[in-house]
Amino acid sequence: MIQERNDSYAVVVEGLTKTFGPFTAVDDMHFKVRKGEIFGFLGPNGAGKSTTIRMLCGLLAPTTGGAMVGGYDVGKDPDSVKAIIGYMSQRFSLYDDLTVEQNIRFYGGIYGLPGSRLEERKSWAIEMAGLKGKAGSLTRTLSGGWKQRLALGCAILHEPPIVFLDEPTGGVDPVSRRNFWDLIYALSSAGTTVFVTTHYLDEAEHCNTIGLIYSGRLIAFGSPTELKHKLDQYKILEVVCGNPVDAMDALQTQPWVVETSIFGSAFHVSTTGLQDPEESIRSELTRQGIPVDRIEGIPPSLEDVFIHLIAEEDKQ
Amino acid sequence: MIHLNIGPIIRKEFRQIRRDRRALGILIFLPAFMLVMVGYALNFDVKHLAVAVYDEDKSSTSRDFVAGMVQSEYFDLRYAVKSKQEIDPLLENGDATVAFVIPNDFSRLLLSGKEARVQVLIDGSNSNTASIAQGYVALAVQDYSNKILVQWLEKRGKHLELPITIEPKLWYNPDLKSAKYLIPGLFGLILMIVTVISTSLSIVREKEQGTMEQLKTSPLWSNEIILGKTIPYLLISIIAATIIMIFGWLLFDVSIKGSIPLLYGAIILFLIGGLGQGMLISNIAQTQQVAFIMSVFSSLLPSFLLSGFVFPISSMPWVLQAISNVIPAKFFLVVVRSIILKGVGLPAFWEQFIYLFLFALITIGISTIRLQRELSR
Repeated sequence: MIQERNDSYAVVVEGLTKTFGPFTAVDDMHFKVRKGEIFGFLGPNGAGKSTTIRMLCGLLAPTTGGAMVGGYDVGKDPDSVKAIIGYMSQRFSLYDDLTVEQNIRFYGGIYGLPGSRLEERKSWAIEMAGLKGKAGSLTRTLSGGWKQRLALGCAILHEPPIVFLDEPTGGVDPVSRRNFWDLIYALSSAGTTVFVTTHYLDEAEHCNTIGLIYSGRLIAFGSPTELKHKLDQYKILEVVCGNPVDAMDALQTQPWVVETSIFGSAFHVSTTGLQDPEESIRSELTRQGIPVDRIEGIPPSLEDVFIHLIAEEDKQ
Repeated sequence: MIHLNIGPIIRKEFRQIRRDRRALGILIFLPAFMLVMVGYALNFDVKHLAVAVYDEDKSSTSRDFVAGMVQSEYFDLRYAVKSKQEIDPLLENGDATVAFVIPNDFSRLLLSGKEARVQVLIDGSNSNTASIAQGYVALAVQDYSNKILVQWLEKRGKHLELPITIEPKLWYNPDLKSAKYLIPGLFGLILMIVTVISTSLSIVREKEQGTMEQLKTSPLWSNEIILGKTIPYLLISIIAATIIMIFGWLLFDVSIKGSIPLLYGAIILFLIGGLGQGMLISNIAQTQQVAFIMSVFSSLLPSFLLSGFVFPISSMPWVLQAISNVIPAKFFLVVVRSIILKGVGLPAFWEQFIYLFLFALITIGISTIRLQRELSR
């Protein structure tokens, strides 16, 4: 039961839980998303991101707890929720065998846009997706980036105040991803709340607020900067050496090493309680006979934060 | 008043059907193809059977007998052979279906008032044709011997009226044309294919593409989605039924004797059941291939084999007879044949009507509840 109805929040999640038989997909989740912000919902596959989004969109009833979306209770009044949200999935749910214009007309139709507004929004969507002059093309002939922007256009034809984007940039080239994030910024600055899931951590940096979900639980919540401060007590170093796997194994045994994780050809080491961690690592690796190419202190990335938080979670 | 927003889905569905060649093929060409195939190729009429004759007697009586046999359209005299040995290969190769062997004492015995024997050999490999041929031969021989008997008695100054003569009069299909019987039956088959396959495929395709999820997050009600997705196929099936009727009339002279509104009523009732069956399949199937196979096995085959369309149900083993009682096409065929061929009204087939109504109610009921649950939760 949610009594609170705070006008400055677009999404209020309180005790949201979903179980499928003995399996708890979403476990007692609490968080709030402010109006007009970009909220990034992150977590590994199977962590419960999609289940949460499906409950917030009124597709799935919560087992216990609840959530208010745009002031409506998703459990009790899913139809009102559906009328004020836009939803776009990774699959860019368009009809491949219809033209660009026919897709837009169809989605405008099911959202009940009257004729004049539909025409106006249709021109807007075609322009926004960069599909001018291609209104008559079959959707299956479009490239991934175009489909993605057209799918977004179709999902927000009715100008919903809240938009849910479920992995919207999956399988799209980097340039299209970049362009897509420009569209997300534009939406947000026009006052739309954007709720986006992603597993690209560079995209998470673009969000105003991030929620990290792991095994159905929200394990971190805050702005990217706030989250990085969680690692203030640690010093993080990037190590490049000949044999990173052996080197990580060797360092793991040291009491001052919190964790190690691989990053491309290098690896990161979080340390605690050392004056000069660089020297300690170098001497330890030299003692093990592992040649060191480079050791460098670095500011924590979101990835470091998440790896740290997930490792902490696993320890419990 | 409740305003149903079903226009966008219906328009979209028609656009997709127009673009999808496979759907177009199923919806339009299949009915036309089956009509022509069934009308011309699936022909059970046994006519113009090839006849071989070995006439050992070579008398005017034996020639008269043979002429009497082959004067009808059922037998064509193809081979007049000169030895008994020549008959075997003709039957073996299928060049002749029926062979008469007339012994050399045929006319002598007959004219002296004794029993003459004629050997008739029939190719029994096609039991249907063979039994029909046997019937024809028996009737023709009976006819001929009656004639002989009457002549023989008249020569002796006696007049005989045969005690019983048969005067068959065939109702509803006087020419006994298979097409007249089969084309009304084709309705059941084609309409079942069109509705079950196309409904299940169109719903499962949305699941495959992920567009179903998009529809679910839209403010559309689940009933609007269900109606929007089924009405186009109902309309197309009604058009397909009309095409079959027009072609059946043009090509095979099958006219509708009974009430056309009643016929359309039966068609629509049957179609709604088919839509329900298609929706049930789409509840279960996750891919179009699975949906297609399930549709064929649950509609096309039973409607063809167990509906009485071709094979009479009364001569099936009891297990199949029992199964046939859940095949809606069986009941639909009774209704359609009654209306088209006999021109009779509702009192003749109200039980079948009630069955069709129940079938439609059950399939639509279960599938709507299941689909609603899937769409709204």
